[in-house]
Amino acid sequence: MYVAVKGGEAAIENAHSLLADRRRGDRSVPALRLDQIVEQLALGVDRIMAEGSLYDRELAGLALKQSRGDMTEAIFLVRAYRTTLPRFGYTRPLDTAALAIERRVSATYKDLPGGQLLGPTFDYTHRLLDPALAGDELAKAPAQRQVDPAPMPRVSDLLDDEGLIEADGAVPAGKPVADITREPLEFPLERDARLQALARGDEGFLLALAYSTQRGYARTHPFVGEIRIGEAELGLDVPELDFPVPLGTIRVTECQMVNQFKGSSKVPPQFTRGYGLVFGQSERKAMAMALCDRALRAAEFGEDIVAPAQDEEFVISHSDNVQATGFVEHLKLPHYVDFQAELDLVRRMRAEFEAGLGEDERREAAE
Amino acid sequence: MQASTAIQGGFRSSVFDSQSVFRAVMDAMARPGSRRRVAALTAPPPPMSPLAGAVALALCDHDTPVWLDRQLSTPLVREWLGFHSGAAVTPITTEAHFAFAAAPDELVALESFAQGSQEYPDRSTTIVLQVDSFDAGTPLTLAGPGIERTATIAPSPMPRHFIAQWRQNHARFPRGVDLILVSRDEIACLPRTTRIEAAQTGG
Amino acid sequence: MRSAGAGAKAESEMRRQMIAVLAHAPSSRLARLWSDAGFAVVAEPVRGPETGLVTVRGRIGGGGAAFNVGEATVTRATVRLASGEVGHSYALGRDADKARIAATIDALWQKPELRARLEDLILGPLRLEHAGQAGRRAAEVAATKVDFFTMVRGED
Repeated sequence: MYVAVKGGEAAIENAHSLLADRRRGDRSVPALRLDQIVEQLALGVDRIMAEGSLYDRELAGLALKQSRGDMTEAIFLVRAYRTTLPRFGYTRPLDTAALAIERRVSATYKDLPGGQLLGPTFDYTHRLLDPALAGDELAKAPAQRQVDPAPMPRVSDLLDDEGLIEADGAVPAGKPVADITREPLEFPLERDARLQALARGDEGFLLALAYSTQRGYARTHPFVGEIRIGEAELGLDVPELDFPVPLGTIRVTECQMVNQFKGSSKVPPQFTRGYGLVFGQSERKAMAMALCDRALRAAEFGEDIVAPAQDEEFVISHSDNVQATGFVEHLKLPHYVDFQAELDLVRRMRAEFEAGLGEDERREAAE
Repeated sequence: MQASTAIQGGFRSSVFDSQSVFRAVMDAMARPGSRRRVAALTAPPPPMSPLAGAVALALCDHDTPVWLDRQLSTPLVREWLGFHSGAAVTPITTEAHFAFAAAPDELVALESFAQGSQEYPDRSTTIVLQVDSFDAGTPLTLAGPGIERTATIAPSPMPRHFIAQWRQNHARFPRGVDLILVSRDEIACLPRTTRIEAAQTGG
Repeated sequence: MRSAGAGAKAESEMRRQMIAVLAHAPSSRLARLWSDAGFAVVAEPVRGPETGLVTVRGRIGGGGAAFNVGEATVTRATVRLASGEVGHSYALGRDADKARIAATIDALWQKPELRARLEDLILGPLRLEHAGQAGRRAAEVAATKVDFFTMVRGED
C-alpha cells in the first residue's frame, strides 16, 4: 500500500535557494548590515538574546537577518548555535544594585534614593507613527545633566526595614543551583529552576499569563516596586587566576514586583514579591516574568491554586517557544503513514456506525 | 614554575585532537574488547599517562566532576585537568562522571562509583584505567552486544577480584559502570553490557 | 608575612583591574593601540583563543539565592612568552584577535619594567575612553530624571 517516499532532495535544495533569494529581496535595495540591525533594531536583538538564552548581540543580529525577521526562528537558530559551544563556567551572580543605570522607575515610591530616571522609554510617547523616521532623520544629541553620585539601592532593600515585605528569595540550604539546560525538568520545581525557565520563556506567552492574573485568574495585587535597566559587570572564577576574572558588561532588565498579601495560616499579612530578570532591555518581559513568578509561588503561601498562571507544570512546560514551535510545526511534516492508518480506522468505524452498532461498541471501536 | 607545568601539554588542536580520541573511544566502546591504536597527543603531569590525558581532555569538561585515584590525585594533575578541560576533581566516587586510576589493582570496588538509576542509567561513572599491557594479564573471553562471537583481551593490571566484580556489574544492568582501558598507545573498552564468558586461567 | 600577603593581594587587584580594562575595550580600538605600541614580542599560544559559554547568574529578588539567567559567549586565550610569563584573557564576545592581544598584554604586564609603558600606550587611553563613554551615558540618563513638584496642601 505504501512505498518509501523519496525524491524530495532536488525540491528541498531549490526551496532553500528560493528562500535565500526571497530573503535578499529586491537587489536594488542595499543589503542590511549586522551593525545596522544591532544598532537600530536593538530591542528585537535583545529579545532574541533573552529567549535564545545567549547574550551575543552580533549573533542575535545575524539570526534576525537569516530568519527574515521571524523572531521565533531567530531564537531557534541561536539556541541551536549555543549547543555547539563548550561551557567555561558559571559567573558570579550579577549585582543589580550596582548596575550602570539606563532607566530606573518605581511605581510605589516617588522619592526613592537616586530618583526616577526615565531613560530611553516609549512611555509618554503618543504612539503616533512618525513619518520623519521613514528617512534617515538625524537624531539630535541627547541632553546631559550632572550625575547624582548617590547610590541607587534596590527598592526591595528600602522596604525591608518595617518587616512588612518578605526577604529576597531563598532555596533550601546546600542545594546546588538548578540548571534546566543540564537536568531534565522534574516537577515540582524550586524557584531557581522556575526563574531560569521564565527568563528564557516566550514573551507573548508570559505576557498573556501575567495579564490573566490581573484580570482575576489568580489575583496578586501587584505594584511595580522597581524596574531598572542597565549594564551589569560579570565576573568568572577560573582555576588559573586567584580572583574572579572580569568579562565585561551585559545589559539586563530587572523588575521587582511587590504584591499585597493578606496572610494565611502559614504567613502573616505582608507584601510578597515576584522577580523578573532578563537579558537586554525588555521591561514588558521582566514585568510579565515577575507576575508569573509570584503567581507560581501560590503553594508556598498556602493560596488556592485556581488559575492557569499558578499551575507550574502548565506554565513552565509551555513557556519555551522553541519547544512549542517544534511540536506544533512538526505537524506539517509528512504523516502519510499515520494518516493512512487513521483513515482506515475511521472507515471501519463509519462502516460499523452505519451497520447500526450500539453506542458502547462504537466507543470501544474508537479506542 | 608549577603553574607552567599545569598549563602545558594540552591538545595542540583541541577540536581535531579531541575528535580523533573521541572517535577511538566510541569505536572501542561499540566493539568491546577490540583494541584501537591512538596517538597520545597530550603530555599531562605524571603519573597520568599521555593517552589517559588525551581521553580526559576529549571526554571531560566543566560539567563532569572527575575522581582521581590516590596516585593521580596530585596538585599538578588536578591543575592540569582544571586548566585544559575545566573539570573539577571530586573526592566523592558517586558524584564522579569520570574516574581515572593509575593503579587499577588498588582501585576501590566498582560498586562504590555512581551506577546510574533505572530511569537514568547514563548517570553513572565511566572509569578510565591505565593498564600496562593488553597481553600480560589473565585472558578474558568477552561476549555480548558489539561482539560477533567472542573477543579476548588480557589487560594488566586490573582491579582485584575483577571477574567477580564484573559479573555483579553486569547483573545490575541497566545500571552499572563502563570501563575504558588505556595502555601506552591503545584503547579498549568494557561497557556494562559485556559479559566475561570465561577466564582462561586463574581469575 | 602579613605585608607580603597584602602585597600579593594588591598585585592581584591591579591585575584584575587591568584585565577589566582589556575586557571592556572595543576590539578594533585595542588592536590599533596594540599595533601602534609596537611591542616586539613572541607569545606562544598555550590554549585557544577559543570561544565558549558562561552561564550568567543572578539572584532571586536581587539579593537572594543564585539562579541561572542564560548564557553569554566568552572568548579566552592563554599565551606564554619566551621568558616564561603566562598571560590569560577572558572577555565577552567572540573576538579571537582581541583575546590573543589581551593575553599577551597580561603576560607582558607581569614584567614590572613594562608596566609604565603598557599603561601609557594602551591601558591608560582605554581606561580614559571607557570612563568618558560611561560618564556621557550616565549624564544622558541623568537628564531624564524626574523632578517632582509637590503641590503643598494645608495639612503639611
